[in-house]
Amino acid sequence: MTALSNHASPPGLLSKFAAALVAAAMVAAVFYFSFHQITYRWNWQAVLNYRSTLLAGWLMTLTISITSLFLSTLIGVLFALTRRSEFLPLRYFGHIYVELVRGTPLLVQILVFFYVVADAFHVGNRYFVGVLILSLFSGAYISEIVRAGIESIGQSQLESAKAIGLTRAQTYRYVIFPQALRLSLPPLVGQFVSLIKDSSLLSIIAVNEFTQSARDINSITYSTLECYIPLAIGYLVLTLPISLWTRSLEKRLRFET
Amino acid sequence: MKSGSALKLKISNLSKRFDAHQALNSVSLVLEETHSLVLVGPSGGGKTTLLRILAGLEIPDCGTVELNSEAIQFEESALLRHRRTVGVVFQAFNLFPHLTALENIVLPLEKVHNHLPAQAHDVALQLLRRFQLDGHANKKPAALSGGQRQRVAIARAVAIKPRVVLFDEPTSALDPEMTAEVLDMIRKLREEGTDLILVTHEMGFARVAADRVAFLSEGRVLEFGDTKSVFDAPKTEECKRFLGTVLKY
Repeated sequence: MTALSNHASPPGLLSKFAAALVAAAMVAAVFYFSFHQITYRWNWQAVLNYRSTLLAGWLMTLTISITSLFLSTLIGVLFALTRRSEFLPLRYFGHIYVELVRGTPLLVQILVFFYVVADAFHVGNRYFVGVLILSLFSGAYISEIVRAGIESIGQSQLESAKAIGLTRAQTYRYVIFPQALRLSLPPLVGQFVSLIKDSSLLSIIAVNEFTQSARDINSITYSTLECYIPLAIGYLVLTLPISLWTRSLEKRLRFET
Repeated sequence: MKSGSALKLKISNLSKRFDAHQALNSVSLVLEETHSLVLVGPSGGGKTTLLRILAGLEIPDCGTVELNSEAIQFEESALLRHRRTVGVVFQAFNLFPHLTALENIVLPLEKVHNHLPAQAHDVALQLLRRFQLDGHANKKPAALSGGQRQRVAIARAVAIKPRVVLFDEPTSALDPEMTAEVLDMIRKLREEGTDLILVTHEMGFARVAADRVAFLSEGRVLEFGDTKSVFDAPKTEECKRFLGTVLKY
């Protein structure tokens, strides 16, 4: 093997590992230096006493996220379909929904929906309302992702589907969705990462999820960083695997096309 | 040559306009005792529009079409039923890219024509074998050559045993070698008794494969008759000029 081709070959596993180690050490050094400078007095014991509260909050966030994930996917697909509807009021309704949700802060949506809409309809369960708001919020983004996926299917394929005698529903089922889903999967998974983090805002309507539990413990122990650092790690445990999965999905999709 | 019941086609005063372009201008045509009709003529002359109306993919502004003595109802649910009885092969991009060659043929058999999965699979595989494509059964379209793709598309069109197979310039996107392999397949089908209507620019092929030829220009059928008479003794100036141009090289 010549030196040139050796140079062009991708890095081996060992050198990749070493590089990752160096990068991690650099990040650690920055944090170590910062914490060292502020001479923070750590009090882990106080927070440790409340670890079950933290765990309960984490589990609640997990539950809310998974439920919202399914509900928002359903909402997203339905609204993506309204955007292709031949019935104009329905199409415009979908359009208005997407623009309203994407154009306003989630915080405002939560407050308005919980204190005005849910109240008017006498829905008192804040967990139910919380999941619903989060799903409606995330659903707007998902509907745009799904719509882009559907629209990427060329006219010629729809023509072929029509020519072989597939009905409209069959065309969606066997031609459009299988392809649109594969194309939408990476951005969809990215949206799920956002959804998990966005669930933290539900703490403002006193849903006892992960962030709320950290805030509660902080208000008792006054050990802010000891509460929020585990919080960050708790979210990373959920989001990091998903992000890594997206990466591998994108790679696989690139190879297939 | 197998002689099944021949194709019967009766077209009366068929017109279709796309905005400013009059694609078909009161076309009438009566076809009997024919197994293969070839539509020729300059681009934009109305061949493809006529074929698409026959395929149930386009609704004419006015006029009637009878295929085998049965009028095509230009209303969506009737058109869906009509489409299921004819095979269509487009110029390109016929196959679904996410399905293998085999799955592309199986899909309409199973979902549209209610074959059992195993039965549909057998029919598809037999067809692929008959046209020496069985080695490619499990490849996706992206892994096939242009010619192979078209042959699989033709196999899919004939798998459902259609009343007629409609070809819209099936070789226009192919190089000469692939063109030959696709035309060989169409010719073989013709010899085995498949009725077909074909839009093509391959005049040599039209001459050997067509019973009848219609020459369309500016939305009208200017000449129609036996292949030999249209090609050897065109009556209209337009047809003479067209044949003169395309046969020049």
